[in-house]
Amino acid sequence: MLGAQAGAAQTPPPGSPHDGNAAKNYAGIVSKKNLQIWRAEGDGDGTLAHDKPATKPGYYGIGAVPSAAQIAGWTIAVPPSGAGLPAGSGTAAAGATIYASHCAMCHGGFGEGAHNYPALVGGVGSLGGSSPQKTVGSYWPYATTVWDYINRAMPFYAPHTLKPDEVYALTAYILNMNGVTRSDWVADAKSVPLVKMPNRNAFNWKDPRPVTHNIACMKNCVSPSSVKITSNAVTMNLTPRMTGPVDHMKAGQ
Amino acid sequence: MTKPNRRDMFRLGAAAGAALIAASGRGARAASPPGAPPADNAWSNSLGHGVDSKPYGSPSPFEKNVVRRYVPWLSPTRDADASMTPLQDQPGIITSNGVFFERYHAGVPQVDPKAFRLMISGRVKKPLLLTLDQLMRYPSVSRIHFIECPANGATEWPAAQLNSLQLTHGMIGCAEWTGVLLSTLLDEAGLYPDSRWVTATGSDGAHMNRSLPMMKCLDDCMIAWGQNGEAVRPEQGYPARLVVPGWQGNVNVKWLRQIQVGREPWITREETSEYSELLGDGTSLGFTWVMDAKSVITFPCPEKPLTQGPGFYEIRGLAWSGRGKVKYVDISLDGGVNFQRARLDNPILDKCMTRFTLPWWWDGKVALIQSRVTDETGYVQPTIVQKHKFWGADPVYENNSIQTWQVLASGAVNNVQLS
Repeated sequence: MLGAQAGAAQTPPPGSPHDGNAAKNYAGIVSKKNLQIWRAEGDGDGTLAHDKPATKPGYYGIGAVPSAAQIAGWTIAVPPSGAGLPAGSGTAAAGATIYASHCAMCHGGFGEGAHNYPALVGGVGSLGGSSPQKTVGSYWPYATTVWDYINRAMPFYAPHTLKPDEVYALTAYILNMNGVTRSDWVADAKSVPLVKMPNRNAFNWKDPRPVTHNIACMKNCVSPSSVKITSNAVTMNLTPRMTGPVDHMKAGQ
Repeated sequence: MTKPNRRDMFRLGAAAGAALIAASGRGARAASPPGAPPADNAWSNSLGHGVDSKPYGSPSPFEKNVVRRYVPWLSPTRDADASMTPLQDQPGIITSNGVFFERYHAGVPQVDPKAFRLMISGRVKKPLLLTLDQLMRYPSVSRIHFIECPANGATEWPAAQLNSLQLTHGMIGCAEWTGVLLSTLLDEAGLYPDSRWVTATGSDGAHMNRSLPMMKCLDDCMIAWGQNGEAVRPEQGYPARLVVPGWQGNVNVKWLRQIQVGREPWITREETSEYSELLGDGTSLGFTWVMDAKSVITFPCPEKPLTQGPGFYEIRGLAWSGRGKVKYVDISLDGGVNFQRARLDNPILDKCMTRFTLPWWWDGKVALIQSRVTDETGYVQPTIVQKHKFWGADPVYENNSIQTWQVLASGAVNNVQLS
């Protein structure tokens, strides 16, 4: 029933973030394997129930249709394909200036992190070792996420106030500090999705669980002599006071 | 000046009465420690406050210790931090709204319900823009579900570190949520066959967003405006939040403003940099949405020791599973050598806290007490040793391991881990 309707309305409006061929949009950006996994997760390996909607679109007739401008203002999420990236561009040199005034106080002069705020730079090659360092450079799989997150949530004290050129410039600067892009690289809607982040292929998007297989044993499950205490929180001295006013553990208390 | 009304006269009378009692010998006795029959307590010889004194009630002042608490060394700033529910003081399966755990990425926005809008957009046939009043007109449901942060217990991955039930297990709350099924709104907007993913976005400063597969969105997700008999609290996403039953707390986007539909996931910061799991071999798990079954003994616990010597106590606790209902809870008193089955209290609901109890005659000796839940899928809560085998030595998320409390002869209780 809906299939016929869907067929008629299949083509998204021009300029929609989802026009064009999705597979083509993702060519060279997302591996075919990951694209297949995402699609399978989205539609439950083909069992998606939304071809049997309980009601037809607009059945209740409640609410308004948002204008194109309203939709554009709130539609800020940028997927790995880069769909929705706005016009504009920026370089690392321009980004360095913005970074110094807007970002360095928390993320450090060189992206090393400060005052327990996250490091943005470094750690490439450390993830499989004993002291993994997760940064934009070492960990984030897609550069579109860098653009998206700076745009939506940074700077922390005044989120979503930067202009697209500023966000492109900061993206270029952070990627350059990480050695992912050259200093003359220009970040824009076309170039950002094509950046090959070092950790792109190390994410497994398919949940492997269950990966533990305990059994509900009731009697003599382990040898009593094997039950040894390996750690005891009372010796750690990390616990705030749990009675009275909330303990902020300020120095000197 | 207005004339004193009848209630004011009552109040005057009560004050005068209290003054009289204070001057008498009985008043002096009432000031001595309470709970001493045959005398009356002071509150039995006076009038209490009237119906107009507390239009919105609060707990007894004697319960002032029952508050959300946090771990000050976990986060650099309080507006991107988490606080924990005092589970040691939660008698049943419902978490009181005032102490429901918090997790913010840019603090709590003060959303004006008149200016609230919910947008359904992206790959839909008819985009929608709803006011709160319009959202509330749709057919609604009311369901009790837990919401748990996947970082609940994160500090306990490398070792027993925090000597507290609240701080090791309190990034969870369970509430009755009332709202519209997301499937109702997605049907209203109309989906295409390749409308496979949704990103839900909040109106907080972080514009917090996560990608969710359409399968889950059409299954049991809801946009809730009600929480335990009142409007959703600001800390929980007022005026409307997404509830994604059984899935990690972060995807239950608060202060919701947009449901955007697309073909593929967006791979946001909160599903890569955060809320992904780096394994020992350097690879990472991207989407680990479901909160696996977990249980914990809430009495006794470090905050609630055994203070009255050997004898009868009731072991009490909570269990839950993101994959369905709790089937069994088994309790060990000897560090996992032997177990006995706990009694489960009704109701036993899908993706909801379940209360369990076990009578215990404590002999006054050291005991290592544990609870272990089995959910309706047959999944059995693992030990920390079993968890480490796959998840590595020091991960962040999804610590659903069996908790061991060491009960000392003094009755004090410590958080320990076993080999």
